[in-house]
Amino acid sequence: MTNALMESLKPEANPNMPEIDAGDTVRVHQRITEGRNERIQVFQGIVIAKHGGSSPSATYTVRRTGTHGVGVERTFPLYSKAVEKVEVLRKAKVRRAQLYYLRDLQGKAARLKEKRFISV
Amino acid sequence: MKGILGRKVGMTQLFNESGEAVPVTVIEAGPCYVTQIKSVDVDGYDAIQIGFDEIAERKLTKGEMGHLRKADAPSLRHLRELRGADLPNVALGDVIKADIFGEGETVDVTGISKGKGFAGAVKRHHFAGGPKTHGQSDRHRAPGSRGAGTTPGHTWPGAKGPGRMGNEQVTVQNLKIALVDAERNLIAIRGAVPGPRTGLVFIRPAKKA
Repeated sequence: MTNALMESLKPEANPNMPEIDAGDTVRVHQRITEGRNERIQVFQGIVIAKHGGSSPSATYTVRRTGTHGVGVERTFPLYSKAVEKVEVLRKAKVRRAQLYYLRDLQGKAARLKEKRFISV
Repeated sequence: MKGILGRKVGMTQLFNESGEAVPVTVIEAGPCYVTQIKSVDVDGYDAIQIGFDEIAERKLTKGEMGHLRKADAPSLRHLRELRGADLPNVALGDVIKADIFGEGETVDVTGISKGKGFAGAVKRHHFAGGPKTHGQSDRHRAPGSRGAGTTPGHTWPGAKGPGRMGNEQVTVQNLKIALVDAERNLIAIRGAVPGPRTGLVFIRPAKKA
């Protein structure tokens, strides 16, 4: 009974949310309200971790390299309505679920191999 | 004063219109039944008594059953009184549902806190404990001095120290209601609420709103 109640309060899945995995290069379009103005901010980077599975508090972390090689990471709630849409630009072949090792790598070393899909 | 009894279901998070995550406690609130109306003439004070949580009839004594029969109410586990000036205009046997509260309203929530057992002074009264380094042995979480020496020659009554913690009535004031669903008897309150899951909670309008 209690579990059913909690389940019923789970936020609806965002229809604009594609299936994402660690290693994907994504563009996250986030709606930002400043006073009365509303605008879309885009954050592009590599998904380095997903957290929380399918729970209401699930998140994913996107990392990009900013100016002067400074790493910038942002964590978005998976079910946030503020995220307008997420585009998957590239999928990469990775061998672990959390790519935290990318934090210690720069430039060429921080590249990921693209995942090629072979049609069967 | 209005009020409702409920059962804590658990905590989760909801998103508001601007997409921010709001931490909420979900409470299965009501339906409550008005089981008695007390008056100055008969009882010496004005109050209404409400009951919550239907249980099997065999779990109640015949005295309790007779009391509920007078209000034509089902067999209920918990009874509480609402006292104070502006009592809602209700009749015996009326049903109180979650929609007596609105979204955005501030409320006080009372529950029985989780028992922590015999707790030390650091956990129970936020004592600082002893130094962690500089040759300390077994003094890290010690309560320190209990008072002066020969004068007064004893520990003052009421001095803070280790002892039983929790399992007492706690009220958290000024919590905002994030969501009300009368159909499913649900109230979601922003923030934490005392007690374990399935614990009884009492929701009233905020005293210091």
